Amino acid sequence: MIAVIDYGVGNLFSLTASLKFLGAETIVTNKKEDILAADRIILPGVGAFEDAIAKLRATGLVETIIEETRRGKPLLGICLGMQLLFETSYEYGKHQGLGLIKGEIASIEEDLPKRPDGEKLKVPHIGWNSLNLKGSDPLFKYIKEGDYVYYVHSFYGKNCLENTIASSNYDIEITGAVRSGSVYGTQFHPEKSGNVGLNILRAFIEL
Amino acid sequence: MITKRIIPCLDVRNGRVVKGINFEGIQDVADPVEMARFYNESGADELVFYDITASVEERALFSDILVDVASQIFIPLTVGGGINTLDDFDRVLKCGADKVSVNSGAIRNPDLIEQGAKKYGDQCVVLSMDIKRVDGVFKLFSKGGRENTGIDALQWAVDGVNRGAGELVVNSIDTDGVKDGFDLELLDEIAARVSVPIIASGGAGKMEDFSELFQHPGIDAGLAASIFHFKEIDIRDLKQYLRKAGVEVRL
Repeated sequence: MIAVIDYGVGNLFSLTASLKFLGAETIVTNKKEDILAADRIILPGVGAFEDAIAKLRATGLVETIIEETRRGKPLLGICLGMQLLFETSYEYGKHQGLGLIKGEIASIEEDLPKRPDGEKLKVPHIGWNSLNLKGSDPLFKYIKEGDYVYYVHSFYGKNCLENTIASSNYDIEITGAVRSGSVYGTQFHPEKSGNVGLNILRAFIEL
Repeated sequence: MITKRIIPCLDVRNGRVVKGINFEGIQDVADPVEMARFYNESGADELVFYDITASVEERALFSDILVDVASQIFIPLTVGGGINTLDDFDRVLKCGADKVSVNSGAIRNPDLIEQGAKKYGDQCVVLSMDIKRVDGVFKLFSKGGRENTGIDALQWAVDGVNRGAGELVVNSIDTDGVKDGFDLELLDEIAARVSVPIIASGGAGKMEDFSELFQHPGIDAGLAASIFHFKEIDIRDLKQYLRKAGVEVRL
């Protein structure tokens, strides 16, 4: 069973629908006993970092989640859920994350270079971008180099090279997916990335 | 790199896709779920559903269809038509929409853009605009393009982005249905004024229209309905054509 953490952030329709489509038993929950009973955990999230980390901490589940991942239970953070796994975020101030992934969350806009026409690429980074895979992680066993995934975000993970397992090019290198032990995160939305996304979720279910 | 997007638009009334009757290659030619599945398989990057129903009963049917589509098709879904309040946002998002497109509702109440952006994020709010030249000036039209609001369309686009619209759909009434290419003059004017993604609509008749469109900086996506529904253009063929022309697309 997969426990999808419910902490009042974002729309979970597509995520739960895609897990159901893949035949995975899923529970959307904010209860400790469900997280303990589940064999894997998904941390979703859309919105602003400060608000989301406060809501997540308010559930009282953070210690349980960290403890379970230390025992080897697979965790997947998606979009803002991935960003929450990092040590620090610089989205409107400086905020402490869960510290499961080494690195920080920074503004895309500030880091984008100017193009020859004097303009920068648009922010948010929105749409389909191709993945550059680093090594052969089991999360990607059903997809291949260059497959496209769907992104929507204005901040991104950086200085996290040792944990990066995939990235995309947007004039800067955008961290696409990270891993540290049983802790995974994707900046893109697998639940919105068509068959490629379903294949990533399928691999997560089989970890 | 990020790709240019190809987006088919489905107008739904009374549980059926309007104008879908000549659609080939699928069993039920006007079933929105069948069409969504077909487009997903043929490489559409997103789907836009417009609810053009008139009654409460039909609206409930639309919601059921949306749930059906969103439970089987896992690419971004935008829903428009009849979005007048935050409750309308809530209703379609709960049925699986990812983005909500506002048009006449935002003209009547521009605060709707701000409210939607604040509650659901900028990325969730798509401002759709029907625009026509009147005495050489781009004017904003409402009610499906029937009524001239008198509002300067270029200013409306800028205001909409400032209020929090995360994307713009620019539909040119002048080129719509003519099938002689997108309204590049209008699109350039808007692209020069805003920095959010722009989805061009109205005028696509052949593949060259899309390659020409994507040579213009600041245009992120092309939207069309009947040329895709009637299979005048197959999306996979179009994308292969665009890739050969040097346009980055998802294949």
